[in-house]
Amino acid sequence: MSVLAVADHRRGDLRDVSYELVTAGRELAEALGEELHVAVVSGDVESFAKDLSLDGVDTVHTVDHGEEFNHDVYVQAVEALDSALEPTVVLMPNSVNGLDYAPAVASSLGLPLVSDAVALEWDDGLTATREMYASKVETTVEVDADRVAVTVRGGEWEPTEDTGSPAVEAFDLTVDESRVRSRVTGFEEVAGGDVDISDADVLVSVGRGIEEEENLELVEELADALGATLSASRPIVDNGWLPKNRQVGQSGKVVTPDVYLAVGISGAVQHVAGMKGSDTIIAINTDPNAPIFDIADYGIVGDLFDVVPALTEQFR
Amino acid sequence: MKVLVTVKEVAEAADDFEIDGLDIAPEYLEYDLNEWDEYAVEAAVQLGEDGHADEVVSVTIGPERTEETIRMALAKGVDRAIRVWDDDIGGAGLLDVETKAELLEAVVAEEDPDLVLTGVQANDDGFGATGVTLAERIGFEWAAVVNDLELEDAVAKVHRELEGGVEEHTEVDLPAVLTIQTGINEPRYASLRGIRQAQSKEIAHQTLADLGLDASTVESPIGMTAMYEPETESDATIFEGDAEETAVKLASVLREKGVGAE
Repeated sequence: MSVLAVADHRRGDLRDVSYELVTAGRELAEALGEELHVAVVSGDVESFAKDLSLDGVDTVHTVDHGEEFNHDVYVQAVEALDSALEPTVVLMPNSVNGLDYAPAVASSLGLPLVSDAVALEWDDGLTATREMYASKVETTVEVDADRVAVTVRGGEWEPTEDTGSPAVEAFDLTVDESRVRSRVTGFEEVAGGDVDISDADVLVSVGRGIEEEENLELVEELADALGATLSASRPIVDNGWLPKNRQVGQSGKVVTPDVYLAVGISGAVQHVAGMKGSDTIIAINTDPNAPIFDIADYGIVGDLFDVVPALTEQFR
Repeated sequence: MKVLVTVKEVAEAADDFEIDGLDIAPEYLEYDLNEWDEYAVEAAVQLGEDGHADEVVSVTIGPERTEETIRMALAKGVDRAIRVWDDDIGGAGLLDVETKAELLEAVVAEEDPDLVLTGVQANDDGFGATGVTLAERIGFEWAAVVNDLELEDAVAKVHRELEGGVEEHTEVDLPAVLTIQTGINEPRYASLRGIRQAQSKEIAHQTLADLGLDASTVESPIGMTAMYEPETESDATIFEGDAEETAVKLASVLREKGVGAE
């Protein structure tokens, strides 16, 4: 019995969530009185194992097979580790790659799955906290099962940085190649181009609240008046109103300007992940409960169609 | 080939709302087609127009009310629809991804599609796991978070949208389940002609019994025990007043920070 956490890496680097998974895993392992095992699959596993030799980890299992993430390999690796360790909880990241293998692992092992957990507790069974309705509410979810699979949201647990001295064990996996029916053929940087929003000192960022493409002009005029660079949240880029290199957030750029002015952006977790490091955050939004106000330093609760032109006027 | 696209009607909460028990009170909820599914439907319809798909069928799990939403998918070019529901399903929480996947699995067994498209996640519960769980259950290959799709012989060439502006290029053997990310295409508006035609398209209602399942299918080890509004941690300075007044106050803060100086 143990807690098993599966690390996340891409193109040679462990991703931040791996260190957060160790924290979440250690907390659960302590509550359960069990060991914490960490697995790392594919890539330079020996080097990853060193990085994962962290406080509270009892054993790191390395699965040396291939370079990059392949969900067919991950599923087989976690299945095999599960049958060797019979962990009480299998912890996986709620990253894009986590979304690509965790549900298959859970289904294949017959474990109930709780995804995108933001807090976890073990008391006679797993209780997870999850958000719903686009982060407007939190829910408590209880799982009535002896063993469970969980994916955890990035940025919710403090990363474990203190080193430890776990055992490192090479896990011998025989991959059934007939079950590998997908192939990664390459990677592409899609946010390039003439503008690098991560270089800007002042960003005026526009979101869904702008409603129509022709209204973008209002925000462009403000950015011009302020000498700021224009950026956007995901829906604006999805609609094709601005190019991908203007997108702030998890799947776009991470920005840390001196001033970030969010116009009509509600502040979904994926967006906040890309801008929470800004020095000063200012939000203009009609919804006083919008999560953007939770991280803002200054705010105006009001209609951007009134406030933005008035603000532009102040700098003319 | 036949394409099956899963769709879900989701509820969106108003800015101000109240919670009643384990859900937002119904008067604060508005129903619409899940945003991700709009893109999945468009991708499926385009496969029909490109000559890849002979038939595009959509499936939903939902009460009779959802037929209005499903009709919109039909108006955009989906050929016919299946709606799975009965009282036992209505009485279950349906938080358990495995339950939903088991219902969809039964539909897949009847329809025998070559490709299944789903949205990456639903805007209400946000589990983001139904598509990949379904793939595992039905023995299809899969790819999650797809934002570009091309079919070539028996392979789907896809881009997966990773974090940080990076896309992964992946080849996926068919038959497959692909979970579709927003932005992959531009979902069309239904034409008046499409809306008229949709009135005569079939929405077949299937119960657990029709699918060869029983009430045990919807028994789940996962249950919600509380819903609440998160405590706001905001310590933002909120400027009060009309647009003009708040703009003046904000402008002075911005100038202090050196913004807008020539």
